[in-house]
Amino acid sequence: MQQAAKHLEHGHAHDHGHGHHDLEQLKVLGFWIFLVTDCIMFGTLFATYAVMMHSYAGGPTPKELIEMPGIIASTFILLTSSFTSGLAVLAMNKGKLKALIGWLVITALLGLSFVLLEISEFTHLVHEGATIATSGYWSAFYTLVGTHGLHVSIGFFWMLALIIQLPRQGITPVTNRKVTTLSLYWHFLDVVWIFLFTVVYLMGVM
Amino acid sequence: MWESLKEFASTFFVTGDPLIYGSDVAIVLTLAAIVFVLTKYKKWGWLWREWLTTVDHKKIGIMYLISALLMLFRGGVDALLMRAQLAFPNLEFLDSNHYNEIFTTHGTIMILFMAMPLLFALFNWVVPLQIGARDVAFPFLNAVSFWLFFFGALLFNISFVIGGSPDAGWLSYPPLSEEPFSMGPGQNFWIWGIQISGIGSLMTGINFIVTILKMRAPGMTLMKMPMFTWSVLSSCIMIIIAFPVLTVTIALLYLDRFLGAHFFTLDGGGNPMMYINLIWMWGHPEVYIVVVPAFGIYSDVVATFSRKKLFGYASMVAAVMSIAIVSYFTWGHHFFTMGTGAGVIAFFAVATMLIAIPTGVKVFNWMFTMFRGRISFKLPMLWTIAFIPCFVIGGATGVMLSMAPADYQYHNSYFLIGHFHQTLIGGVVFGYLAGMYYWWPKLFGFKLNEKLGQWAFWFWNIGFYVCFMPQYALGFMGMTRRYYTYGWDYGWETLNLVSTIGAFLMGIGFLFQVWQILYSIKNMEKEKDTTGDPWDGRTLEWSIPSPAPFYNFAVIPKVKDVDDWWRIKQEKANGTYKEEPVVLEPIHMPKNSGIPFVMAVFWFIAGFGFVWEWSWMAIIGMIGVFACMWARSFVYNDEYYVSVDEVRRIEASYGRVY
Repeated sequence: MQQAAKHLEHGHAHDHGHGHHDLEQLKVLGFWIFLVTDCIMFGTLFATYAVMMHSYAGGPTPKELIEMPGIIASTFILLTSSFTSGLAVLAMNKGKLKALIGWLVITALLGLSFVLLEISEFTHLVHEGATIATSGYWSAFYTLVGTHGLHVSIGFFWMLALIIQLPRQGITPVTNRKVTTLSLYWHFLDVVWIFLFTVVYLMGVM
Repeated sequence: MWESLKEFASTFFVTGDPLIYGSDVAIVLTLAAIVFVLTKYKKWGWLWREWLTTVDHKKIGIMYLISALLMLFRGGVDALLMRAQLAFPNLEFLDSNHYNEIFTTHGTIMILFMAMPLLFALFNWVVPLQIGARDVAFPFLNAVSFWLFFFGALLFNISFVIGGSPDAGWLSYPPLSEEPFSMGPGQNFWIWGIQISGIGSLMTGINFIVTILKMRAPGMTLMKMPMFTWSVLSSCIMIIIAFPVLTVTIALLYLDRFLGAHFFTLDGGGNPMMYINLIWMWGHPEVYIVVVPAFGIYSDVVATFSRKKLFGYASMVAAVMSIAIVSYFTWGHHFFTMGTGAGVIAFFAVATMLIAIPTGVKVFNWMFTMFRGRISFKLPMLWTIAFIPCFVIGGATGVMLSMAPADYQYHNSYFLIGHFHQTLIGGVVFGYLAGMYYWWPKLFGFKLNEKLGQWAFWFWNIGFYVCFMPQYALGFMGMTRRYYTYGWDYGWETLNLVSTIGAFLMGIGFLFQVWQILYSIKNMEKEKDTTGDPWDGRTLEWSIPSPAPFYNFAVIPKVKDVDDWWRIKQEKANGTYKEEPVVLEPIHMPKNSGIPFVMAVFWFIAGFGFVWEWSWMAIIGMIGVFACMWARSFVYNDEYYVSVDEVRRIEASYGRVY
């Protein structure tokens, strides 16, 4: 009981000293819950893909069309970008603004090249005669892979917004939270890609 | 030029039906009247500052309430049109296509645009007040949620005068909802109306989970939370897990229609059964999303009006939270007849029966709370008492439906229609109405007239049984849902006529409620709530004045009990209450913002473009949406402080001196 009261007092004092800090903590928790919903969204797309896995309807199969070297290259690019976004957070925690911005710029460029590689892959597939309307398989393929690509693109613009804001604002509790949630998002996309790479490319192509 | 314009207008506007032309005139007149009044009394600025840009959870709740009541009206008119068509055999009041449109919009509107906003109205009104918080965790996001719901509902509703209503049923099963069978924009209106408002619902779920987990007043441990707040937590957990599935499912349906994908088509390797599985993975939790908070309302109401502590609080918490989990494992019971194999069917049948256990626990808890209580039969309590037998019958017929072999007989018959209306009206609507009557004084500062409310109550209740009891029998007699007419030789005419009479009695009940609200607004001085505690309540929301000031609590309370306000009142009565020294401090509040409204307008533009498959318009809309997010990211100064003097002045105006 005494302990509980002590805890309460502490909580109260905390409230006044770091009101802003607590508010930012709330936003990070909210973002985690958003990631849960995003996870379920991808889960549903993966399930759809699993159902459609062999619905070629007499059309082309992924084995015939997908070229793995490009996929492996984009996989390494995305994994590296996850690493650099981690370095950005480490730089932020040490209070190094320039390093933080630098690593974010590198991460954003890697993200951009991932998206460009994906666009060129899709163009190649469409030229080979596999469009979203070809069969159930390709519908599921484009939707699953495309949704991930769309997420990376949104992440790119988000990063751009932070790269513009950071020099003006510096490292504050607010920008700290922004970089933290962005890097959570970026790592999450990396994890999704690992599943995607396994299910779509390793199991479907190799 | 003129010819092509004429042709465009004839596909763009719905033509040929006098009912629709009447609605066109009504819509234009109403809009003109609104614009006229706002201009004449110079209220545009007021509308923008006080409502369109507000982030105050109470005002957002009021806007949800108004929208929900309007939607209840429209969904109710749809219901009455259907019942009028079925009143006698071989009627030609509605043709088959019009009937299809009306049952589709009735179902969609009642669940997604009436039940959901009424639910969110109560979330917004009550949760921050019950847990001793000054707002929700993310007030800006809360405004975004509301406006997305609003413009989603608007997009859905304009379909009946522009482009044509959807007509493939409230869950739009493919292949019927696919391109060759549902041409035109109607089905797209269904998809995008729900999609846009669904994203808003998802964000509300996130918002209230964080609010409940992180913003409770000091001392309010989880097991000291009021029961309504618990039920909201349960509902929000279901929202965040179920709604992403809906988002994906209807997006896939749209890809089928727009880009010719083959998810649910009959050819090209598509699988319509996948849609039916996916939509019910959302759809079944959805019914618990709307009913569980109603259970929370009944719990709070029953304790207050029996003047007793809620019986079995811990078991109630367990019941509400276990439903949140089991609700994911029942979706298959919506299509036992689809032929998924004995093992799968048995799993879903047993899971469905399991749900009856926590629900039964709750019914006993409510009854034991009333047992030896001093019950006062005010409106909220009346609806609660009416709910119990109604829901027990609805639950029992639900268990009958869950028995898979028997379900082959009941499936899609009027027995099913009777069952789910009994749970959704007897459970959800009765509960929300109880909640509306209960918390109305806290929001508006006056009570709703008791006498008119009782007229409404009896019309609703008698009408309900007259309407839906015959439908169980009709189901046994072989009448399936979505029949638009039937012959004299079927032997269904008497029961159908009785059912129609019941529906109109409920309609009269609704009119009494409209009258009650207008009458009470006009005579608000008579029923004014000066104490802030008109029902002798038990939880924190009754400790502050009515209508609640915009910052809710001048001082954040310290909680020691589930019924903390009751504890304080008891201690004050027997002289053991220890007054703690009160120190007012500046209050930290979020600033209003126009971004949520503007962003939702862009969503509407994008949605309208998607509906008509006008890519240019969809692109403009989506660019606008992202531009709003971008702009928001650059806002750093979105909070302000209310000074101590200001707080003292406002509290003094309520007669509370600090």
